Amino acid sequence: MWGIVRQNVGGASGLSSQVMRLRPVASAMRNYSSATKEMTVRDALNSALDEEMAADPNVFVMGEEVGEYQGAYKITKGLLDKYGPERVVDTPITEAGFAGIGVGSAYHGLRPVIEFMTFNFSMQAIDHVINSAAKSNYMSAGQINVPIVFRGPNGPAAGVGAQHSQCYGAWYGSVPGLKVLVPYSSEDARGLLKAAIRDPDPVVFLENELLYGESFPVSAEVLDSSFCLPIGKAKIEREGKDITITAFSKMVGYALKAAEILEKDGINAEVINLRSIRPLDRATINASVRKTNRLVTVEEGFPQHGIGAEICASVVEDSFGYLDAPVERVAGADVPTPYAANLERMAFPQIEDIVRAAKRACYRAVPMAATA
Amino acid sequence: MALTRRISGLLPPVSTASSSSSFLHRRAFSTDDTTTITVETSVPFTSHNCEPPSRSIDTTPKELMKFFTDMALMRRMEIAADSLYKSKLIRGFCHLYDGQEAVSIGMEAAITKKDCIITAYRDHCLFLGRGGTLLESFAELMGRQAGCSNGKGGSMHFYKKDACFFGGHGIVGAQVPLGCGLAFAQKYRKEDHVTFAMYGDGAANQGQLFEALNMAALWDLPAILVCENNHYGMGTAEWRAAKSPAYYKRGDYVPGLKVDGMDAFAVKQACKFAKEHVLKNGPIILEMDTYRYHGHSMSDPGSTYRTRDEISGVRQERDPIERIRKLILAHDLATEKELKDIEKQARKEVDEAIAQAKESPMPDEPELFTNVYRKGYGVESFGTDRKEVRAALP
Repeated sequence: MWGIVRQNVGGASGLSSQVMRLRPVASAMRNYSSATKEMTVRDALNSALDEEMAADPNVFVMGEEVGEYQGAYKITKGLLDKYGPERVVDTPITEAGFAGIGVGSAYHGLRPVIEFMTFNFSMQAIDHVINSAAKSNYMSAGQINVPIVFRGPNGPAAGVGAQHSQCYGAWYGSVPGLKVLVPYSSEDARGLLKAAIRDPDPVVFLENELLYGESFPVSAEVLDSSFCLPIGKAKIEREGKDITITAFSKMVGYALKAAEILEKDGINAEVINLRSIRPLDRATINASVRKTNRLVTVEEGFPQHGIGAEICASVVEDSFGYLDAPVERVAGADVPTPYAANLERMAFPQIEDIVRAAKRACYRAVPMAATA
Repeated sequence: MALTRRISGLLPPVSTASSSSSFLHRRAFSTDDTTTITVETSVPFTSHNCEPPSRSIDTTPKELMKFFTDMALMRRMEIAADSLYKSKLIRGFCHLYDGQEAVSIGMEAAITKKDCIITAYRDHCLFLGRGGTLLESFAELMGRQAGCSNGKGGSMHFYKKDACFFGGHGIVGAQVPLGCGLAFAQKYRKEDHVTFAMYGDGAANQGQLFEALNMAALWDLPAILVCENNHYGMGTAEWRAAKSPAYYKRGDYVPGLKVDGMDAFAVKQACKFAKEHVLKNGPIILEMDTYRYHGHSMSDPGSTYRTRDEISGVRQERDPIERIRKLILAHDLATEKELKDIEKQARKEVDEAIAQAKESPMPDEPELFTNVYRKGYGVESFGTDRKEVRAALP
């Protein structure tokens, strides 16, 4: 119907939400002025970096394989040729070192974009993210702000095993002084990365490897070089009245698919794309729950002390009287990530998990406490 | 053990290999470990803060044949893994060792299974060298129960504790302090054993390596740091990552030796020398000058940052298996055809192991929750839908 090339990545799809709002392309070419252009998340990130580097000579990129190799996941493709080795800096495999160097350069007024090849490797550098970057503005009473962006793929990919699959949203999201962003679509990727680079504070920008190849429609507004999304504001991807589903990154696509399935069973789900873990848009989440009275939180990270736990606490604190059912959490399994494909599938939320949890919250299923 | 049984004349447990290996018994060399052959390393050792060992090494026909057979098997395993990855039977990351076999083979010839080895993610051949089987290797790569980690670890997480092989690590550099820790325990327990902590030129710049090395030197730990310098850290050539790519000198106060890592005998001699050294004097660094034919991993073509001429040049001039082949032929220990038959046999063993691995089932679902802890006290763990799937951890 759309005639658009899409990469089939893990079942995640943002397009379906657009179907609700916009009419088919073939008959509607002239009916609205917004997008017929599609862009992959990879290109969205690349174009955002390109534009911000062109706009501000203080912006530079640093990380492993970002230059000559064109980026381990090709996010920085073409930037070395365009901006040269002083602004696209290949580093040795030494995260603690180059994260520290990045923060130091930000102390002195540069605007680094530090790439972690995956956020698993950020653990080697986490002291700099937290102690050197997040806390500096506070400790110096505002003298030293740190306009740095730490970006890279976060969470599981496919079959990469226990040491390469962790989601760091909850860890970074708990630290005051940091901003933590979680784009889903190409529009999110462009708008949030541009906002992050322009922001005067340290931003942890959690991408997702499996979303890089996914295409999303982008309007002319999104493609404009001044496009920016506000930090700290969630997006209602799909309006609904029966239940609220919160999600971020790849799980937004799964939540949207779950919503389609729930629709067939007469459950009209509202899907919130968090876009920002810190600041967390409690207002939007609570307003939604006050409307629907039921909540399912979805994340790929470990459940204990996770994003869903914080969202549940917020809702219980601010909207307790509005809840008609216990809050349901769908999260990664409480185990290190297994390699075997069948076990890995059990370790991360699937669409049916979201559907099942939503039905429970709507008292459409017998609640089970199955013991394995 | 899968690698050695054929040459020593014992029948392997899997009944397939014996008939085609009978030709080996016609010649005395296959079990001849009394005749001494002296070989010279390709180049002399270069040393830092120590006296280098001699470049003349004594070997036997049996050892030469073993080197050839074992490396042929390793080479075949890695090439087969390449195909399996392309057929999507192996998922995620897959880092291949072909070209670097001599490091594992030479090291094993100099040490015992009570000496420890720890490495990063390019671990398939090291696992085999420690006595792991092809079946365990392929089954692990394909995520099956018969895998050395029951399918739960994957390519980067092979272990064999009973042979003191401690993995198999995904985070660059982490294995070096871990290796120094193994050495710490060996010294603490007053064992006469040593640890080989292996890392690449990419990891050589990691801070944690220098932290651990400093402590190993302070405390005289029996730690041998082995830099497998294949000259590229993922896509970055050594000169772009290291101000000083003379890795054997980077220990400063810690002595070092530069070794031709494509020469199994040089590796053997260096490891023997290192083992004796560290038991008396504390840590040493061995830099193995080696090369990987494949890219960094299966997602890397390996040709955007190096030329095809360079790769084929190394293959022609320095291939570790070819080097042994020439020695065997020069000493008339086997004919060309016999060596080709050994390679055919390796191929056959690999194919059979793959077929067997494919028969092995994926892990049972309850395995999701096993081995989270050694002792879980019955604590509850959860699946993705915590009200649907939960388990008590034993």
